[in-house]
Amino acid sequence: MMEAVQQTAMPEASRRMPASRVIGAYWTEMRSECIRYLRAPGFMLPVMLFPTMFYLLFGIVMNRANGPDALRYLLASYGVFGVMSPGLFGFGVSLAAERDNGLLTLKRALPMPPGAYLLGKMLMAMLAAAVVIMLLLAMAVGLGHVPVSGGQAFLLLVTGMLGVLPFCALGMFVGTLVKGQGAPGVLNLVYLPMSFLSGLWVPLSMLPSALQKLAPIWPSSHLHAVALRAIGLGQDPIGTHLLVLAGIGVLFGVLAARRLRRVG
Amino acid sequence: MEQPVATIASLAGAVKRYGALTALDGLDLMLHRGELLALLGPNGAGKSTAINLLLGLVRADAGRVSLFGKDPQDIDARRRIGVMLQSAVLPGTLSVAELLRLTMSYYPAPRTLPETAEMAGIGDLLARRYAGLSGGQQRRVQFAMALCGRPELLFLDEPTVGMDIDARRKLWAAIRQIVAEGCAVVLTTHYLEEAEALAQRVVVLAKGRVLSDGSVHALRSRVAQSRIRCVSDLDAAAIAAWPRVTSAIREEGRLEVCTEAAEAVVRRLLDADPALSELEVLRAGLAEAFTEITREESSQTEAA
Repeated sequence: MMEAVQQTAMPEASRRMPASRVIGAYWTEMRSECIRYLRAPGFMLPVMLFPTMFYLLFGIVMNRANGPDALRYLLASYGVFGVMSPGLFGFGVSLAAERDNGLLTLKRALPMPPGAYLLGKMLMAMLAAAVVIMLLLAMAVGLGHVPVSGGQAFLLLVTGMLGVLPFCALGMFVGTLVKGQGAPGVLNLVYLPMSFLSGLWVPLSMLPSALQKLAPIWPSSHLHAVALRAIGLGQDPIGTHLLVLAGIGVLFGVLAARRLRRVG
Repeated sequence: MEQPVATIASLAGAVKRYGALTALDGLDLMLHRGELLALLGPNGAGKSTAINLLLGLVRADAGRVSLFGKDPQDIDARRRIGVMLQSAVLPGTLSVAELLRLTMSYYPAPRTLPETAEMAGIGDLLARRYAGLSGGQQRRVQFAMALCGRPELLFLDEPTVGMDIDARRKLWAAIRQIVAEGCAVVLTTHYLEEAEALAQRVVVLAKGRVLSDGSVHALRSRVAQSRIRCVSDLDAAAIAAWPRVTSAIREEGRLEVCTEAAEAVVRRLLDADPALSELEVLRAGLAEAFTEITREESSQTEAA
């Protein structure tokens, strides 16, 4: 019974979580989430293969004759296409699965610091986006001989890593609506039409004018404009595009967080 | 000097409805420091709902829920508990050591990794990927995650499901060790022998209310019956008419007599049949008591 008495007498202060340990918990959570997906070929392979294969085939092989500017344009297009998937799928599919299989419930019962779970997934998506952009850049420079300056490469990388965030929010929102196995199907219904309709596969100017007018609805068309500017194409100001992307991120993030708190 | 019993968590008049279904109907439950409490009840009795309220996973429609004097959704309260849920699929590509380090990082003063591994008996599994483990091994890892934070209150929801007898006994030993260190444990289980082997206090729930709350001994003694079994030629129907005999039947050549006065009935049986052999007297176990209590309840509600 000694232990019980001692424990009762244990001062409140020794149970308090020092700030350094709280930061450590965030760090460990983010690290675990990244390791966990980097080791999962079922997630990483499609994320990396689809944009790079498309760029190789439709860009470097089929569009070489149209000169480096065509390849430069497609670098931005497939970059955006490649960045959308870790956001949508990394967040949406895993959240839908983990709401279903009890992991999220366990995390909510454990004293995990607030938001660490979502921050971890966000960082993982940003890392995956960075990998995709770097692969595409290497292909563009190495195989397509597109002259890309260091500054342009850096801006495209930043665009990809931050541009993934609105798609994380969108994926998270879908993940809170759909449970378990249904999520990949629903996300593909968002991902593929949105990519096409915002001119990532076929330039917008070649789409029917009705679809061209609709394009600003899709967040990917705004990210496309920013990516084109980053890589040195287009002179249009990008302030509005950035604002729209930030707004979409905040809107879906807040909607998803609210649903997550209410229904779990 | 006697220490007053400290309440570390409680439900007071807790009501929780899911649509038309009332899962908890004004439940009162107190958890005391250092005590092992088994929560029993048929499916749908409200065990999981009670635990979910105490863990802050759901909110009560009415009543008060307190964990270490705080709202269970307060992270400071939850830093003092450990949790093992009935079903949770953990990330399969992480190693056992990585999963434990992650869980340990949530707590202010966790156990060391070797200490945790030793207590849960998973020292040989630390380097393995979680997905490659057997069901029983995964349960042991989940148990290790529950105790790694050096909790003062441990929630174990059906901890030994899917374990073989040997693994189950090892887990029981580990639970006893944790209780001996002063940690309180709330255990839900379908195995009554598990509650009987571990619990100091047993709370039986049905239809969202407490039916019975007391020691294992007190619960058993609510059913004062003993069962006498023997090989004998005596007529079962005649014995059933003896005073203080509840029932007597013949089953597979054996006589089985239920009574509240085992000693007197045994004496009379031996007098009546000197050739009587293979005599056994069994006290009613928790299983009988549990069946009896829940049956009383359902017959009462049917009468009402």
